[in-house]
Amino acid sequence: MRFSTESSPHIALDTSVPLIMRRLLLALVPGTLALFWFFGVGVVTNVLLAVAFCVGAEAAILALRGHSLRLFLGDSSAIVTGWLLALALPPLSPWWLILVASFFAIVVAKQLYGGLGYNPFNPAMVGYVVALISFPVDMTSWISATDPGPSLITSLAVVFGGDSLGQLDGVTAATALDAAKTQVALGRMVSEFSDGPAFGLLGAVGTEWAAVLFLAGGVWMISQGVTNWQIPVSTLGGLFVIAFFFWLLDSEVFASPVFHLFSGGTMLGAFFIATDPVSASTTPRGRLVFGAGIGILVYIIRTWGGYPDGVAFAVLLMNLMAPTIDHYTRPRVYGHGAEG
Amino acid sequence: MTVGSKPWRFHGGLRLAGRREVSTDASAEPVPIPATLILPLQQHIGTRAKPLVSVGDRVLKAQPIAEADGYVSAYLHAPTSGRVAAIKRLPVPHPSGLSARCIVIDTDGEETWWDQLPEPCSEYAALDAHELRKRIRSAGIVGLGGAAFPSAVKLNPGPDRKLDLLVLNGAECEPYITCDDVLMRTRAREVITGAAIMCRSLGIEHCVVGIEDDMPAAIGALEEAQSEFARDADIRVQPVPTVYPTGGEKQLLQVLTGREVPSDGIPADIGIVCHNVGTAAAVYDAIARGLPLMHRFVTVTGHGVRRPRNVEALLGTPVSHLIEHCGGYAPDVARLILGGPMMGFAASTDEVPIVKGTNCVLAATYDDITPVRTPVPCIRCGACAEVCPVTLLPQQLYWFARAKDFDKVQDYNLFDCIECGCCAAVCPSHIPLVQYYRYAKTEIWTQERERQKSDMARRRFDFRLERIEADQRAREERLQKKKKALDTAAGTEGKKAAIEAALQRVQEKKRAQAARGDKEDA
Repeated sequence: MRFSTESSPHIALDTSVPLIMRRLLLALVPGTLALFWFFGVGVVTNVLLAVAFCVGAEAAILALRGHSLRLFLGDSSAIVTGWLLALALPPLSPWWLILVASFFAIVVAKQLYGGLGYNPFNPAMVGYVVALISFPVDMTSWISATDPGPSLITSLAVVFGGDSLGQLDGVTAATALDAAKTQVALGRMVSEFSDGPAFGLLGAVGTEWAAVLFLAGGVWMISQGVTNWQIPVSTLGGLFVIAFFFWLLDSEVFASPVFHLFSGGTMLGAFFIATDPVSASTTPRGRLVFGAGIGILVYIIRTWGGYPDGVAFAVLLMNLMAPTIDHYTRPRVYGHGAEG
Repeated sequence: MTVGSKPWRFHGGLRLAGRREVSTDASAEPVPIPATLILPLQQHIGTRAKPLVSVGDRVLKAQPIAEADGYVSAYLHAPTSGRVAAIKRLPVPHPSGLSARCIVIDTDGEETWWDQLPEPCSEYAALDAHELRKRIRSAGIVGLGGAAFPSAVKLNPGPDRKLDLLVLNGAECEPYITCDDVLMRTRAREVITGAAIMCRSLGIEHCVVGIEDDMPAAIGALEEAQSEFARDADIRVQPVPTVYPTGGEKQLLQVLTGREVPSDGIPADIGIVCHNVGTAAAVYDAIARGLPLMHRFVTVTGHGVRRPRNVEALLGTPVSHLIEHCGGYAPDVARLILGGPMMGFAASTDEVPIVKGTNCVLAATYDDITPVRTPVPCIRCGACAEVCPVTLLPQQLYWFARAKDFDKVQDYNLFDCIECGCCAAVCPSHIPLVQYYRYAKTEIWTQERERQKSDMARRRFDFRLERIEADQRAREERLQKKKKALDTAAGTEGKKAAIEAALQRVQEKKRAQAARGDKEDA
């Protein structure tokens, strides 16, 4: 009898790229719901539009490149990019802003570099940064987490109709990170403004609970083997250590490490963005260096940089470093330099 | 020696479903003698054996039919009596699917024994190490765990190696395979005594048998036999965690002792010799019963065969005969794997024979194995590096192998890869990683051979130049010598005369040439 001859191993674990992506999406759900709770329908429109634009752009380019739509669209990676981008953008972002960001994320940052697996930079963060630099006003108008948000009609008008959030009175508010930066710059003490409306129990009001849920989702992902522990732990650790150091130095000028961990994009970034395997470091020790670098850069940008939050820039800068880090952090191979 | 005192472990590895239950409940029953036995001359690592018989010869059971050709080679014996039908190239169980020279025996079913077998020796202590090795060598014993390295070579400690531990490998970490399990359960005494013989041959006192902890029956049987039969050797049974690939030699040594075999070395470099439990039993047979290696335990398993079980098969038994004995194929058999599902290779035909290193025939359906899936690009998740028992970076090896950057792939220690398959098994992109590594290794070997060939050609060329030069030098020297001899013989006068004579000769030659030239002009 004749048989076919495939190469060993003949068995494989039940794992696949789509499975990983879908688990990641699942882990995003609780935190996303929390954001929806605090910021309203603007979070949903963001996610729907960004996912639609990203998947559309991916499909168009895949078709142009003659790739299998079933194989590559089916991996859900475009949905992940869109979703993460949507969470990074301010709720109620206008549709054209989301379109521009999605275009840069998928077409420029991902597909022009060769598609899944070949992008040196995190696509969602490229899209976000392009939008942030091009449209700074729209990108920094966050609606208040505490006040009742605008009505559905108003919201849709903002997203689709070209109304500006800034025109709606009392809807937007400075985020806690904004406040921390501007108030300190005005010479006020942290203790003076940290009971302001933007501040919650742990960090920024509202976002802090989303951060807790992103943290939970991230821990679940690690337990499922969807992502590694090194990057989130070292990102949070790096940020904590540097924030703790300056806070000890002068707690009236520098916000507490806990505030930094639970404000802005820290948790989302540490568990879902910095961990993008394609653009991150891949060796075990390299991942620790990579994450710590992000944590420290986030703090530096937040404290002394021109932007309220620094996760996106920190991730992109460390993406740039990843190949070098990998080169210098190769593990010792069995039997090499063994003392036996 | 502090074996097992500390729970050592190796990096990575996989916890795989053992699937031992498919084949393990039956003991190993002997398979009826097939009509034809196919015995490849190369069933071991080293030089191919040299046939001692010709076509048409009658051979008797246990008679040597091929002899070891050189030190690293192995004898081959007739597993039963019959007639040599052919000595020719036939398909052999090898991943390449190529043919190799085999002795084909038409069996007669009479089981007539050869009458020149060595005396059985119940008191192995009466034999010295050299004599033990000689008997083991002439019994044709090679490593039965799969590598098939001639055992007598491995049992020779050599003059300047300090050995302190014999490790018997009973880990049997690949899913489905149970032949060592059954062997340890049914032939525990032979395994333990064989280990003691090996210790004597190596001149060491300590032996530890490493067995995966999901084989309690085997562990129990060996422990019992150990208390009864291990006399002058200190033999210990050590359960080890069931993690694939604990049965890999380097991994087992690491788990048992915490020591690492140097990258370009062998276990003896760290004072250890490692043999398979089946080899120990074969050594016992060779010494205590005077019997050469003629059969082995084989696991016939998988859902692609109707009655999976362990069998005792004569070497040379065609796989098709084994399958038939085990009830034939199930209709949905998809792949025929020789060895386990992780490291075994898929055979293209079941006409290949069982050889000394065959531990398992896996007739697999898609219940047993994973269908081939379309690979997608690597997403650099690093799952491969997490499971690599050698702490390699499989992903980087893959990129370099794909880019044909063979310097870089060696720089990342490709040749430390043991091809266990863990990386490919966990790859979410379904990239056949091991295949890339094999490709890179083969390419590098080919390049190396080419380089050696061109080096040789260059050396030959250089040598030729040198020879021509030397010839020239020698000629000049001779000339010089002649001149000197002339000088000293005749003095300056003679020299002048010689010059004169030479001048005259030249002038005469010129005249003659001129005359000839005139003639031609006319």
